[in-house]
Amino acid sequence: MAMDKDLLMLMLRRMWLIRHFETTVIDIYSKGEFGGAAHPYIGEEAVAVGACTAMKDTDYIAGNHRSHGHPLAKGGDPKRAMAELLGRVDGYCKGKGGSMHLADFSVGILGESGILGSSVPVATGAALAAKIKGENFISAVFFGDGASNQGACHESMNLASVWKLPIIFICENNQYAVTTSYRDTVSVEHVSDRASAYNMPGVLVDGQDVVAMHEAVSVAIERARAGEGPSLVEGLTYRYEEHSLGLGRVRRGEYRSEDEIAEWRKRDPILIHEKRLVEQGIASQDECDALSADVAREVEEALEFARNSPFPEPEALFEDMFANPIPQP
Amino acid sequence: MAEKIFINAINEALVEEMRRDESVFIMGEDIKRSVYGATMGLLDEFGEKRVLDTPLSENAFFGAAVGAAAVGMRPVVETLTSFMWVAMDQLVSQAAKMRYMFGGQVNLPVVYRATMYYGGGSAAHHSDRSYPMFMNMPGLKIVAPSSPADMKGLMKTAIRDDDVVIMFEDGTLFGSRGEVPDNEDLPNGELLIPFGQANTLREGTDATIVAIAGSVPHAVAAADELAAEGVSVEVIDPRTLVPLDKASILASVEKTGRLVIADPAHKVCSAASEIASIVAEEGFWSLQAPIVKVASEQVHIPYSPALEKLVYPTKEKILAAVRSTLA
Ligand SMILES: Cc1ncc(C[n+]2csc(CCOP(=O)(O)OP(=O)(O)O)c2C)c(N)n1
Ligand SMILES: [Mg+2]
Repeated sequence: MAMDKDLLMLMLRRMWLIRHFETTVIDIYSKGEFGGAAHPYIGEEAVAVGACTAMKDTDYIAGNHRSHGHPLAKGGDPKRAMAELLGRVDGYCKGKGGSMHLADFSVGILGESGILGSSVPVATGAALAAKIKGENFISAVFFGDGASNQGACHESMNLASVWKLPIIFICENNQYAVTTSYRDTVSVEHVSDRASAYNMPGVLVDGQDVVAMHEAVSVAIERARAGEGPSLVEGLTYRYEEHSLGLGRVRRGEYRSEDEIAEWRKRDPILIHEKRLVEQGIASQDECDALSADVAREVEEALEFARNSPFPEPEALFEDMFANPIPQP
Repeated sequence: MAEKIFINAINEALVEEMRRDESVFIMGEDIKRSVYGATMGLLDEFGEKRVLDTPLSENAFFGAAVGAAAVGMRPVVETLTSFMWVAMDQLVSQAAKMRYMFGGQVNLPVVYRATMYYGGGSAAHHSDRSYPMFMNMPGLKIVAPSSPADMKGLMKTAIRDDDVVIMFEDGTLFGSRGEVPDNEDLPNGELLIPFGQANTLREGTDATIVAIAGSVPHAVAAADELAAEGVSVEVIDPRTLVPLDKASILASVEKTGRLVIADPAHKVCSAASEIASIVAEEGFWSLQAPIVKVASEQVHIPYSPALEKLVYPTKEKILAAVRSTLA
């Protein structure tokens, strides 16, 4: 697949955006600037960025608790994402959702779900609407190796296949669910092997290679738009950080070795992509570094914006429950 | 008597019951490494056969517990309240209904340990305090302890009970401390607290506060503050919601004539609603003021700390409620 420089640089920009965003999030969380849970996407950037850059703004995505990377990959606004994390009124959800529930419906994000597997049927429904309306949009859903064991995932895949819905099931296999290896919970070698049971294509992709992800998802999207039904794309990837900020109890030495982490860090998705750009003469390292610095500034601005945004007023507690509000009981 | 931390009391109960009865086993997500803290050391002592990390498939393992119980095991399942929604079919269609529907042919000694994490910015998907919804479902016993000793004693009783029990473990109490009697000081050498017996934490004559789970410490603090002002408040913790010790609550209201109920659940059809309706029906002539419910606002849990803090019962809300009954 021939890709122009703009697209390749957009991929790099969005991966750096996620990386800087998450690094900032870890920093401010450790200083107590916000609480609750936050699940860093560092190390997995190529999966969401490769996939989302293959989509149009009119296509839909839904995601999970590891929720910062998906909207940023789809063109979401880091200012509003950061404000949401800080619980402020200018956040995507006016502070009602927080880290696990980013959503920007204006760029086709149907929302990130904290309950595992819970957004898979929702994304399936968006694809159903595309089919009924006869429109050309598709939907895609991100879920983990762990969540792939939820009934909701299996039921949705079967339903989508039977109805030939335009949806891409994207499994972000970072190989662990909290401390549990997918090898102990998934009965097949690869999550993508399950596609055959649902009579749909299943592809295993190097999730550290943004171009490979982009290509695999592009093929699946083409098939979906042509009315040929769903696909399952598994990006094999790795999470560098602990499962969640604020889950101090888990020591990583207990379930994965430092060596393993170090090995995977060598296959860093940003490194791999920059190397390719430089080697193929598409961009210089200086260009890449300048882009990274530029994005770092964008994230700094996002943090400033978030910090300056006010907390919601008490009245907001009762707003947004219903389209046609009812009296409080 | 030793001071213990709430979450360690859960652990002690599990260890004692697993030592005592080989048919007790535990399963859940990341319990081998005790991510949530209550299953520490279980894998080392009891091994992989009795301490199982499950795939993230709640409907499957909640239901598997029912099946295992039906053929002689005593499963304990660890989960968070918010993940019970995924398993509602098995909880309701099987766990709650099986025994009755099959004419009592089978006992189902399952314990579901459901932690309620709320109040810490976990937002709508992770902050459920859902016991009232299960109180509405016949066939389930519902426990909501508020102190380490109650936690331990009721957990042990739950594991020995031949019916399905849901232990609602209040995460806001996990770090709290309290005296837990040592086994050697107890008449039978162990701490067992029967279901259906409320605990009176403060005796009083002017008003009664019935408080549930994480609201109990707020109620006690409110009562102590009122005591300093010369108002005598009785504080009752029902400890088990199904069965509910209505006799203790009615007797207290008969004495005080005033009732405030503090409940971290949503206020519509809450445990507080049920208790209020019982007192309205059976204790009406004792009442000298309207019953006041102090429960959570009827909204989902917002993430922003600026909003979340407005949702739940607090000492201040309980104080205001008691004062309103005395006005
Ligand atoms: C239904 C449900 N069960 C359990 C959890 C608790 N939980 C949150 S994230 C997580 C692990 C998820 O693993 P995976 O799907 O592989 O995603 P990852 O965190 O690795 O990105 C668990 C068990 C949950 N949020 N929802
Ligand atoms: Mg995973």
